[in-house]
Amino acid sequence: MKYRLLADIALALSLARWKQTLIAAVGVTFSITMFITLLGFMNGLNDMLDGLILNRTPHIKLYNELKPSPFQPVQLTAAYKDHYHFIRSVKPYGGRLEIYNVDPIMTAISKDERVLGIAPKISTQVFYTVGSMDISGVINGVDVEAENKLYFFSNYVTEGNYIDLKNIPNSIILGKSAADKMLVKIGDVVQVTTVNGEQQQLKVVGYFQSGIVDIDKLQSYTSLATAQKLLGESRNYITDLQVKLKDIDMAPAMAKEYRTIYGIDAEDIQTANSQFETGSSVRSIISYAVGITLLIVAGFGIYNILNMMIYEKMDSIAILKATGFSGSDVKTIFVMIALTIGVFGVIFGLLFGYLISSVIDQIPFETAALPSIKTYPINYSIKFYIIGATFGIFTTYLAGYLPSRKASKVDPVVIIRGK
Amino acid sequence: MSGKVIEAIKINKHFAGVQRQHVLKDLSFSIDKGDFASIVGKSGCGKSTLLYILSTMDTDYEGDLFIDDQPMRLKTEAELAKVRNEKIGFVFQFHYLLNEFSVVRNVMIPGLKLGKYSEKQLEERAMEKLKIFGIDDQARKLPNQLSGGQKQRVAIARALINDPIIIMGDEPTGNLDKKNSEIVFDLFQKLAREYQQTLLIVTHDMEFAQATDHVIEMEDGRIL
Repeated sequence: MKYRLLADIALALSLARWKQTLIAAVGVTFSITMFITLLGFMNGLNDMLDGLILNRTPHIKLYNELKPSPFQPVQLTAAYKDHYHFIRSVKPYGGRLEIYNVDPIMTAISKDERVLGIAPKISTQVFYTVGSMDISGVINGVDVEAENKLYFFSNYVTEGNYIDLKNIPNSIILGKSAADKMLVKIGDVVQVTTVNGEQQQLKVVGYFQSGIVDIDKLQSYTSLATAQKLLGESRNYITDLQVKLKDIDMAPAMAKEYRTIYGIDAEDIQTANSQFETGSSVRSIISYAVGITLLIVAGFGIYNILNMMIYEKMDSIAILKATGFSGSDVKTIFVMIALTIGVFGVIFGLLFGYLISSVIDQIPFETAALPSIKTYPINYSIKFYIIGATFGIFTTYLAGYLPSRKASKVDPVVIIRGK
Repeated sequence: MSGKVIEAIKINKHFAGVQRQHVLKDLSFSIDKGDFASIVGKSGCGKSTLLYILSTMDTDYEGDLFIDDQPMRLKTEAELAKVRNEKIGFVFQFHYLLNEFSVVRNVMIPGLKLGKYSEKQLEERAMEKLKIFGIDDQARKLPNQLSGGQKQRVAIARALINDPIIIMGDEPTGNLDKKNSEIVFDLFQKLAREYQQTLLIVTHDMEFAQATDHVIEMEDGRIL
């Protein structure tokens, strides 16, 4: 009963100056709309840019790195154990690049609960022979289906069908820039020379475009079998295991674990690509800052309008107090006005924010660098809507609270005697 | 029950400022139940100041004030608001109706605040009060559609809605023409005689004051 009466009065007061009330609500709506749109768009772009690298990067990469042995013979000799060793000109030893016991490792890792999937890969240096020229490149032998499932391979194959790589023997998908340089079309044959000097002719079945020109100039894809044949190796020759996890944040810990269990090198995505996370978080901070600034500006608008309303309605406040409304009742009335403005502003703001986001989502955005993107990317995460609503209502409450405190302190005697 | 609606004991009031002004000096008096009292005096003699202290709206004074035998001195702002709501009806020089609400709603608001009656009962009661003053036909209009005299009558009806033990008026006829003044005065008479309503009216109109039962005359912050 008590709050209903106060709500009635709040409603009557805000309707009495409905234009001002509306403007205040529009201010909130506008800022929430911009907040949602900005964050949705910014994070959409972030996700896209991250995806460019992160989607294509294994969460954990297992491989054998060429490096100097950590122990030299002299260090292992008991006689010189307590000595300080000066060893010069240590060179990497000629170990093999392949992963030992690859089949048991793969079986074990794919049984791990935390692992989403595993894709084997062979990476090798080659030369494409074009006329009298040799162009250097890298061939990745991949398990086509696993690669597509985990790393969205087909998204990056802009021409040709990615599955042909598996179905057509001795086939290759060339990086777009490399193909342009060599002037080859789909269906043409390119001659590839491995570092061992072996030559092989491979049929081009598609182009690959990652969005990063440097990669497209170098990288090409073949099936695992083709790569193994190219290198003259057996079918269990695998140089890299690419592990995708269910939770990316577990990568560093799990990389360490695999390193000790399998005795091979393991690199996690955070170590490999730390700069991308920095970029993303800076962009997020900027968009949050802009969005919250907008909300605060809207808050000042509400503050002003309520202040004006209080001056205009001084008489009403005085008589309410004279007839038995306490200061806190008056405060409640003005806070209610502010919150009504806030709630309506927020509801429409979220709605318009969503609408504008969907409109942006429809705007064509085609760039040669990003073959899989057709329209501007938008992130529709519910998180932004919740943050927007919370901040919107909090700001309006604050903007209403300060004037309402003033209203509650209005001395009816001063107003009534002043007439 | 002492029968005293209001009792003031040694009320002193100062206006702060460059020179501290002593506006009310040791005022002691009481109003009995059913009294139709008036406070008269020249302007500036402190009669309105006294009324606002009696009304509990002004709390900056020394001395003791009892309303319905309850001490007001140490009550909080919210408690005083409740006392005003329940026990005191106000009529000011200006009507102070809320233009956003209809006439009958204006009368009902203090009642809704008190919450003693349901909304339906209150509306009936409000209509009853308006009928006493002959303005029940205006009940659905907005206050700014009414004449000055009608508005003041609505304000009196509002003062009555919670059956207060006292009605206080601060120059209730001050803004009205002769004819309307007489109407309002007659209404006060009617309330006092027919309904035994306790009334305390501040006025500088001697003619008005002469017609009341109990005249408190003030000069220079003292009761003569």
